Amino acid sequence: MTAGTDTDRVKDMRTGAGATAAHLTENSRSTTTMQRLTAESVTLGYDQRVIAEDLSVEIPDNSFTVIVGPNACGKSTLLRALSRMLKPTKGRVLLDGEAIHSLPAKKVARTLGLLPQSSIAPDGITVADLVARGRYPHQGLLRQWSPEDERIVEESMAATRVGELADRYVDELSGGQRQRVWIAMALAQQTPLLLLDEPTTYLDIQHQLEVLDLCAELHESQGRTLVAVLHDLNQAARYATHLVALRDGRIVAEGAPSEVVTAELVEQVFGVKSQIIEDPESGTPLVIPASRRGVGAKVS
Amino acid sequence: MLVESPPKRSAESASAPATPKRHALRALGLLVSCGVLLLICVASIAVGAKSIPLSDVWDGLFHSTGSGNDVIIRDVRVPRTLLGLVVGAALGVAGAVMQALTRNPLAEPGLLGVSAGASAAVVSAVSFLGVTSLTGYVWFAFLGAAVVSAAVYVLGGSRGATPVRLALAGTAATAALYGYINAVQLLDAAALDRLRFWTVGSLASADMGTITKVLPFIAAGLVLSMLLARPLNAMEMGDDTARSLGAHLTRTRVLSMLAITLLCGAATAACGPIVFVGLMIPHVVRAVTGPDMRWILPYAAVLAPVLLLGADVVGRVVTRPSELQVGIVTALIGGPVFIQLVRRKRMAQL
Repeated sequence: MTAGTDTDRVKDMRTGAGATAAHLTENSRSTTTMQRLTAESVTLGYDQRVIAEDLSVEIPDNSFTVIVGPNACGKSTLLRALSRMLKPTKGRVLLDGEAIHSLPAKKVARTLGLLPQSSIAPDGITVADLVARGRYPHQGLLRQWSPEDERIVEESMAATRVGELADRYVDELSGGQRQRVWIAMALAQQTPLLLLDEPTTYLDIQHQLEVLDLCAELHESQGRTLVAVLHDLNQAARYATHLVALRDGRIVAEGAPSEVVTAELVEQVFGVKSQIIEDPESGTPLVIPASRRGVGAKVS
Repeated sequence: MLVESPPKRSAESASAPATPKRHALRALGLLVSCGVLLLICVASIAVGAKSIPLSDVWDGLFHSTGSGNDVIIRDVRVPRTLLGLVVGAALGVAGAVMQALTRNPLAEPGLLGVSAGASAAVVSAVSFLGVTSLTGYVWFAFLGAAVVSAAVYVLGGSRGATPVRLALAGTAATAALYGYINAVQLLDAAALDRLRFWTVGSLASADMGTITKVLPFIAAGLVLSMLLARPLNAMEMGDDTARSLGAHLTRTRVLSMLAITLLCGAATAACGPIVFVGLMIPHVVRAVTGPDMRWILPYAAVLAPVLLLGADVVGRVVTRPSELQVGIVTALIGGPVFIQLVRRKRMAQL
């Protein structure tokens, strides 16, 4: 199931999620230098409602980090904090060692891109024009549209295979095509870090895989650091190089999927009994949930 | 696999030449619009309750002899045309900014209560303070516009302002203020009489004094709007996307409201509330240019005066020798055109 060293980790998880998180974070701190994007004991919430308290996380450079957890565990909230959309009430998010909320907005936007859950395509906009809007943080009053912008827009469309849709209207595209166009816009921002908030929601399985393959490709061939919130644990295990499991605003486990995805973890995070087998396609952990009928009574 | 098959074109040919071609088309369209505007200006100077031959119009403009016709041209029709130009541009641009700011295709410059605020202040000034000169209106109109737009912004939640909350606060303020305006006018018959034409919107009382008073404000508003074109483009894609691109939401909203207040306050002060231009022109423009504020704003600044001056000319002719106010004519002409536009183009959302 998992390597021997993980037994300790599992034991830790039983004793308390917070301890595990601290333990793991401690480990990564001692072995690596400061990562580009980190959250330092942040407290996150909306108005008076606290979603997460004293949460610390480091996004390993050049990783494809996937954040998983049940609904309302704070995974999107964490992503919003990491991307400057949400200001922590306590603690701070550091980008290249500086508090992200005190950095100029355009400077952040040249380093870190976000694909939010909901974006509005202006009525009647073409694919090329929408992707071109990703150049916003690189332009200003004195620096208008340039041949370099043009080149980057075309490269971004080529990377997401929407080049041949350039002159089509965004509102007549299919869901999967549209999502690739939005990713192209985020790519045109040319940020070494790219955060994606549930990029596969509302897509059918074929388009989900298409988007995830694209993410993996961007991570591998372009060396970008990707952080995505995903719902599907098996997809997360297959695509992520680094997994962060959240529950109730706390990190329950983080690390390589093959190390952290265990039956114990799945039960602890999602409250679902399961077996873990090896994914015959990718060799990554595959979660097979236990049948709920019959065992349901035992669980509750 | 895809349901709709994209037009068969190679990747290079699809994106490379299309963008410059579209830019050239848009620039050409703007040039043509300027030509149309010039023709309308000539018509506005030449056509009126009194027919003046074109040769006399030319002489009146450039070799004035002080004849009766020259006086009409120089002191009545030229100021009236200039005012239509300036106010039209202000209303068109204010409408475009308002629609982008609120992400609402039915938004018009008056939506955030700016026109109602200006009108209420003018009505109060006329009724309670006995202000009678048109130049005196201007400052009250501005005061009213500024106070109401600030109040709407605060009511709309200031830092947490969303397009919907702003529109709701503006609609509520507008309703209350028009109630007040009607009450004052009904109780004060003399004020009603003086403001009768002003409240439907008219260019008839134009003089150079009014124009020079409102021009600096409108110029400032137009420049500010143009500077906001790119942030507004970003904001049209939703708050999160705009912020992730590095746009400043609060700053853009405050500056947009300032631009609208300048433009709409000045326009209302000079001509009274002219409602339809700011709603319709951005739609016409959008159909031509697509959703890019960098093109929408200059187009709106040119095409809105075309509509306003065109309506004014029509208003002078149809009931000759009396006149129909421009506010009425824009609504009469614009209504059917707008309906046609809505039917032709989907505009469920921006």
